[in-house]
Amino acid sequence: MKLQSPGNFRNTTSYISDRLLPKLVLAPTFVSTILFVYSFILWTAWISFTKSKMLPRYELEGLVQYIKLFANDRWWVASKNLLIFGSLFITICTILGLLLAIFLDQKIRIEGALRTIFLYPMALSFIVTGTVWKWILNPSHGVEKLMQDMGFSSFHFDWLVNSDMAIYTVVIAGVWQSTGFVMALFLAGLRGIDDSIIKAAQIDGASLPRIYTRIIIPSLRPVFFSTVMILSHIAIKSFDLVVALTGGGPGYSSDVPATFMYSFAFTRGRLGMGAASSMVMFGAVLAIIIPYLYSELRSRDNG
Amino acid sequence: MGNYSLSQGNHKSVAMIFFRTAIYVILIITAIYFLIPLLIMIFTSLKSMDDIRTGNLISLPREISFDAWKSAWDSSCIGVTCEGIKGYFWNSMKITVPAVLISTFIGAANGYVFSKWKFRGSEVLFSILLLGCFIPFQIILLPMAKMLGTIGLAQTIQGLILVHIIYGLAFTTLFFRNFYVTIPQDLVNAAKIDGAGFFRIFFKIMLPVSIPIFVVCIIWQTTQIWNDFLFGVVFSSGETQPVTVALNNLVNTSTGVKKYNVDMAAAIIAALPTLAVYIIAGKYFLRGLTAGSVKG
Repeated sequence: MKLQSPGNFRNTTSYISDRLLPKLVLAPTFVSTILFVYSFILWTAWISFTKSKMLPRYELEGLVQYIKLFANDRWWVASKNLLIFGSLFITICTILGLLLAIFLDQKIRIEGALRTIFLYPMALSFIVTGTVWKWILNPSHGVEKLMQDMGFSSFHFDWLVNSDMAIYTVVIAGVWQSTGFVMALFLAGLRGIDDSIIKAAQIDGASLPRIYTRIIIPSLRPVFFSTVMILSHIAIKSFDLVVALTGGGPGYSSDVPATFMYSFAFTRGRLGMGAASSMVMFGAVLAIIIPYLYSELRSRDNG
Repeated sequence: MGNYSLSQGNHKSVAMIFFRTAIYVILIITAIYFLIPLLIMIFTSLKSMDDIRTGNLISLPREISFDAWKSAWDSSCIGVTCEGIKGYFWNSMKITVPAVLISTFIGAANGYVFSKWKFRGSEVLFSILLLGCFIPFQIILLPMAKMLGTIGLAQTIQGLILVHIIYGLAFTTLFFRNFYVTIPQDLVNAAKIDGAGFFRIFFKIMLPVSIPIFVVCIIWQTTQIWNDFLFGVVFSSGETQPVTVALNNLVNTSTGVKKYNVDMAAAIIAALPTLAVYIIAGKYFLRGLTAGSVKG
């Protein structure tokens, strides 16, 4: 562009319009991002430092909402549940997804069909998933009855209504929904590995399990990394699944931060507390994505 | 890969055959586990309530009945009205179609600028925009609810369309930008020398090669918006709710006898559009998932 002087190839009007139009096209998106993302975050941050109840108030009152939040038993239950759900969900999805991908990568004849089956839950809404699993885990008509009909008359399964176990039902449904997706990520990673390294290892006489544990799985490190990022992102945001499956109950025993925020901000009219809890969630997401983005950008620069 | 696998080996030993059989068995059992919830949903929706009480989860319906489907569609009670989920299903359509189309087209134009018409600061702008892919939406719910109220779009379908467009733009822009980056800049430069302008290059050169990314982006957005629950539950009420919110309300209505068959029929109806998209265009669906999340 620097070489061409305006008017050589085209008239000056179109030269100007070509410099202006790109910015005009981006303008609406730019304005909406500044308004609806950045200034909204600032607004929420501001409200989290006020004593807003049913209606927003703008006098700053310091950390009062955060102090109340961290003294709130329900918030700690929600945070602990997120920790339980998040760690189990991420670990199980990653291990199962990786195993399925490795198995599927063994020249399996029906690979296409199997992939379709493993992945279809990703097309469903978490509300649908929650509804189905709520029925499957139903204490009187679900799995319990099935097992009893099969002859295990003393079989009991009441996790859905048991306050100590309800959060684990969310893990069961979440794993069912997301494992296929992790498998797809790992399968793409496996297919992208350079064959020649593996061939060289085979010529050197390395056994297959050794090739997998020493060469293939270590070279999937970037996939592990993005998988864990994506899954933790899903976990922190998880709201629908909990609402549909347990409703946060019994009581608030299976609450997570997202349902806590919704309930305080929209049903209990505690705006300040809701805003403070969403700020904490935002902080948690930032803590996860900043290293992720950093490494993404660095790897892009390197290659 | 192709040249190595667990089955590979110069000696096809008994151990290898055993190994391969084991892999098939594990994969098939897992596949059955993934399919069972869908089958249970279908079976239960075709049973009568008597059949549900006497049978169990995986027992086949003794008599196939579509009553539950009919009731879920147009007579089951959600909230105060008893007209089934059909109205909410159409709400979701009215929200999804315009929101997907608009956010996709804006994304295409944005992606075109970010890849082919870079200017000083455009990379910074792009990074600023990307944050929108990551924020937990809880943080914008309160101000958005307030703003929709101010502009008179609270609890309306138009309001929900607007919200979905706004928070979909980061993703759609990312899709198109990453796709257009792979198209040679020389092509654009040559067209510039021939006198083609900004829009001419977009419509004549870029759009014709963009069909795959349009498919990926439309599928991604359709799935996201149709399956949304958070925006639906916060920004709509009563008659303007999308189908996911209606389904949740139907299932959690505590009055009267629980009709599990109706719940399941309603769940299938709510899932059908995205499931159909997945079955018809699974390849593009997967590409969107991986592009949207790995790169995002």
